[in-house]
Amino acid sequence: MPTVRVNGVDHEFDGDPQLPLLWYLRDFLGLTGSKFGCGMGLCGACTVHQDGVAIRSCITPVSSLEGKEITTIEALSATADHPIQKAWRELDVPQCGYCQSGQMMQAASMLKETPSPTDEDIDRVMQGNICRCGAYQRIRMAIKQAAEEMA
Amino acid sequence: MSAPVVNVSRRGFLGSMLGAGAFILATRCGTNSSESAAYVSRAESALFSPDIFVGIDADGTVHIIGHRSEMGQGSKSSLPMVIADEMEADWARVIVEQGIGDKRYGDQNTDGSRSVRYFLEKMKQVGATTRRMLEQAAADQWDVPVEEVTARNHQVVHEASNRSVGFGELAEAASKLEVPAVETLTFKDKSEYRYIGKPMHVPDLDAIVNGTAVFGQDFKLDGMVHASVEHPPVLGGKATSFDSADALQVWGVQQVVELPYFTPPHGFQALGGIAVIADNTWSTFQGRKALKVEWEDGPNASYNSAQYKAALQETTRSECAVDRNVGDVYAEFAKGGKIIEAEYYVPLLSHAPMEPPAAVADFRNGKVTVWSCTQNPQAVQETVAAALGIPEADVTAHVTLLGGGFGRKSKPDYCAEAALLSRELGKPVKVAWSREDDIRFDFFHSVAAMYMKARVGADGKPTAWLQRSAFPSIFTTFNLEQERGTPLEMGMGFTDAPFQIPNHRVENGPAKNHVRIGWMRSVANIYHAFAVHSFLDELAAAAGRDPVDYMRDMLGQPRILDLSAEAPEYPNQGADIGEYPIDIGRHLNVLNTLVEQSDWTNRRRALRGQKGRGLGIAVHRSFLSYVGSVVEVEVDAQGTLSIPRVDTVLDAGTTISPERIRSQFEGAAVFGASIALLSKITATDGRIDQSNFHDYQVCRIHQAPKHVNVHVIDSDAPPAGIGEPGVPPFIPALTNAIFAATGKRIRELPLEGQSLV
Repeated sequence: MPTVRVNGVDHEFDGDPQLPLLWYLRDFLGLTGSKFGCGMGLCGACTVHQDGVAIRSCITPVSSLEGKEITTIEALSATADHPIQKAWRELDVPQCGYCQSGQMMQAASMLKETPSPTDEDIDRVMQGNICRCGAYQRIRMAIKQAAEEMA
Repeated sequence: MSAPVVNVSRRGFLGSMLGAGAFILATRCGTNSSESAAYVSRAESALFSPDIFVGIDADGTVHIIGHRSEMGQGSKSSLPMVIADEMEADWARVIVEQGIGDKRYGDQNTDGSRSVRYFLEKMKQVGATTRRMLEQAAADQWDVPVEEVTARNHQVVHEASNRSVGFGELAEAASKLEVPAVETLTFKDKSEYRYIGKPMHVPDLDAIVNGTAVFGQDFKLDGMVHASVEHPPVLGGKATSFDSADALQVWGVQQVVELPYFTPPHGFQALGGIAVIADNTWSTFQGRKALKVEWEDGPNASYNSAQYKAALQETTRSECAVDRNVGDVYAEFAKGGKIIEAEYYVPLLSHAPMEPPAAVADFRNGKVTVWSCTQNPQAVQETVAAALGIPEADVTAHVTLLGGGFGRKSKPDYCAEAALLSRELGKPVKVAWSREDDIRFDFFHSVAAMYMKARVGADGKPTAWLQRSAFPSIFTTFNLEQERGTPLEMGMGFTDAPFQIPNHRVENGPAKNHVRIGWMRSVANIYHAFAVHSFLDELAAAAGRDPVDYMRDMLGQPRILDLSAEAPEYPNQGADIGEYPIDIGRHLNVLNTLVEQSDWTNRRRALRGQKGRGLGIAVHRSFLSYVGSVVEVEVDAQGTLSIPRVDTVLDAGTTISPERIRSQFEGAAVFGASIALLSKITATDGRIDQSNFHDYQVCRIHQAPKHVNVHVIDSDAPPAGIGEPGVPPFIPALTNAIFAATGKRIRELPLEGQSLV
């Protein structure tokens, strides 16, 4: 029976160990901020942090999470004021908004490793996150703005 | 739209609403039972509700209905903003409430780029009515003439006596007043607007950013089960038998249920198939993989995209039915001389909104409540009522946020699935489509073939110009006999090509249909604009001229283009042609502004000598808006294309939300880039070949235009479209830029699979 630690809380799970984390979050824990877009790790809408690093929760089985710390958009910061979230609001990045929690989780993860990302860094890291509304220009601007704030 | 405004609160609504208030609050929390007979909005149940769109509580909270669906384009906030502005409400004290499906709101079909066009005047009237009644209530209280008081930022003030009173304190008195006649209303001057034309955040921004926004895929009810449907792989197919034994062994799976198959024409009906019921979404998907189904495919199993493409192109190579005619192109072609021909092709496309369709339905006591990410809650009512054989009035259709729509979510087949299953199972059911379901069972954007032919004179300008298109019509979804494109589709960028040509003919050929066809963001303009503006660029190149100068020549003098004799069935997007004429002056103004904003002349000169770099341009009227794009491309030695800069200029008449307009046009460039560069749906033996983002590709950040500059022309003309008209000109502007950069003319989309070196 794996223990899954999500946003600082331990949960015991006794179902199918192959259940992807995304569906554990959404259907069992009621954390619907992480979105379903493809189920194959192709679109990034489901992105969460595992020990602070972005992963695709839709292809991560619950069985692999023993001893890992999962953070979702709901807990990226206590009051939704992570520099990424602030920049996302200030620049009105979201259009429909569906992919944006995944975009923000990926961007927040990138800024830990790459505090001052270039356009090429952003292209490389963010190309796994699809935005069908096409908010990419603002995503790029917001990442740079958040990076400046964090510097 | 001109229906009189009625003071709802004066009809004694309040007394009956005490129970409903609790129900509404419960609904907000997302865990209600829907046993309550009728849903009443907080706007309508407020202390003072001069109209179904607005209500004011005693504490001054203003509730405004956003009755159009929100998928990023801003309809949910732009229309309420008009009410708030006109009534002088403080936006911080306004709660925008998503309207349920209700014919009293008028049209709720949030597509066709028409939310503001349809409702700007109505919203202004509602706001002005509310303001007038609050002012009257204050004037009565102070015993001064109403002309001496003014509503200002959530208060009514009497400057002469330095008195003021809040909206909330006036609500009860206002609720007892007669509603003033529309003719007596006064409206704010444009210079007095607080919100209209100002950069505003959308109301759901915080919830989106903190992860609490509720989309259709997110909605849940207590006691709900999850369902997912294995659809017949070919349109019109049926299961002849199925074995659910293995599926029922899958963890979490509870039940397997066969859904009835649609009766042609399919319309928005549920497709039918085998539904797997489970206690979570993933198990429904796993259960489907374990089903063993024997399908009978039916006649559409003969559908193969390669053969279909060849047939469609062959159709356009001979004379077809005429939609517009000027002079005699055939007599002109018979004279010989310099003839230029070109064929263009656009494949089937899938909407692929980031959120696959989803709906929750709760059927009980003969009535059903549905929560879904829908662009059209009234169509949910109609479709679900027809599926269940119950009156539309017994279907309550709530609207969640939409994770993209682009036209897909105007078609509520998934809502019918949830409703049928909830009745069958006797409990609330959530149907969530997978990405594979979404792409394989979409209402696809039509595949289209275009044939263009011109005879050019010594000056390089056409003396005759012929356009033909053939595509399976959207209306095949509703009519099995439909084999021709309709005037509506032909009027999207084809019959209304705005050029001055002495002999000009537009034709449409027949096309049978084998998949569900639907409208997708900018609809038939996608393929028509691609052909028309590419061909224009081809003629300019053949004449050795700057495309801008050539375009100006082809547009001619500023004038109103009258198609009444040439194309008598031209529908003008359903709008009055007098109010929304085809104004060549505005078209030219957009072109000229675009040339200036993009610095076309200097940049074109600078880039012409550089290998692999170039600019392309197109200006297109659609959804009654005039939009031009200049696209810059770079193609490296490996043939990899990038789009460093796009300039877009639009004249959409009167506009409301400048920030949302900019983001819509930034996004339209990306949507256009997906179509131009990457996306393609094909079928083999009636089955769709693509299934997810690995084989149905859409633009990612490294492929998208890097900088999109959006310039909005200030205009007092009647409001036109915003959400869609950015897409059509972008695509030919991009392919024209590729020609300028490489000398390669792109006549078939997408670019993927074609080499640029």
